[in-house]
Amino acid sequence: MNKENSHISSYKDHLMVLSILITLTVLTVAITSIELSAFNTAAALLIATVKATIVLLYFMHLRFDQKVYLIMTVLVLALLVVVIGITVFDYIDR
Amino acid sequence: METTINAHTDLHRDDTAAKLGMWLFIFTEILLFGGLFIVYSVYRYLNPVAFHLAHEELSIPMGLINTIILLVSSATVAMSITAMQKGDKKMSMYFVAATVILALVFLINKYFEWGSKFEHGMYPGSELMALLSKGDMLFFSLYFFMTGLHAVHILVGMALLIVTFFRIKQNHVRSDKYALLENSGLYWHLVDLIWIFLFPLFYLIH
Repeated sequence: MNKENSHISSYKDHLMVLSILITLTVLTVAITSIELSAFNTAAALLIATVKATIVLLYFMHLRFDQKVYLIMTVLVLALLVVVIGITVFDYIDR
Repeated sequence: METTINAHTDLHRDDTAAKLGMWLFIFTEILLFGGLFIVYSVYRYLNPVAFHLAHEELSIPMGLINTIILLVSSATVAMSITAMQKGDKKMSMYFVAATVILALVFLINKYFEWGSKFEHGMYPGSELMALLSKGDMLFFSLYFFMTGLHAVHILVGMALLIVTFFRIKQNHVRSDKYALLENSGLYWHLVDLIWIFLFPLFYLIH
């Protein structure tokens, strides 16, 4: 347990993560500036999800921290996905 | 009590629980904004044309700049923890200060962004707002509410980081005891996390 706790991310690691996040942000803007209708939304949300995952795992340290935080976060996000899914199907079927 | 012999020993300190508490709070925030994202999606689905036209009123460069500011501020707060773990108190304080300044820049941008809308008579409860079609009104109401609620979170995050800054300065937060810095950092990343979704939803998708 202590080993996981004492993991130190270097400055370089953080700068690397930051440059990936900024690249993905610029990529989203580029993709959505092209007219691709429905694909647009899907691409933007997919990239946002990837960015959020990177923030959770590296900046918020879930990857290196005690597993209990990671498990709880996954459960909460799963709950959110279920609620969003139910709402989507509800409106599509009306 | 025998534990009072050493004044420097903290009584019953539990960093894991402190962090767990912050995570639990973050979960409630995720569900709060998650609910708002659902409201936004449903109204967008019901008013596709109005939402498409209304979103063109927002400035993508402004949103992009603010996104990058928040991403950089997330990195600086993460690096302040790295500095703290390495025992570099000064560097840690610099990084926290940098984060607060970036947060302030974000809010200044927001001020100009909202200000230009206000100048055109576009603000919650305005006469112009009442004249808008239902779809437009929904878009702008949700825009003001969600980015406004996010801005409130920025303010809370700044307050938290400023407190942390002084706790580091007074050595209450130090390299063997930095749960407060970690928790403020987690909260700050949450603010970034929410914006990561707000930006494409309001500024980009069409």
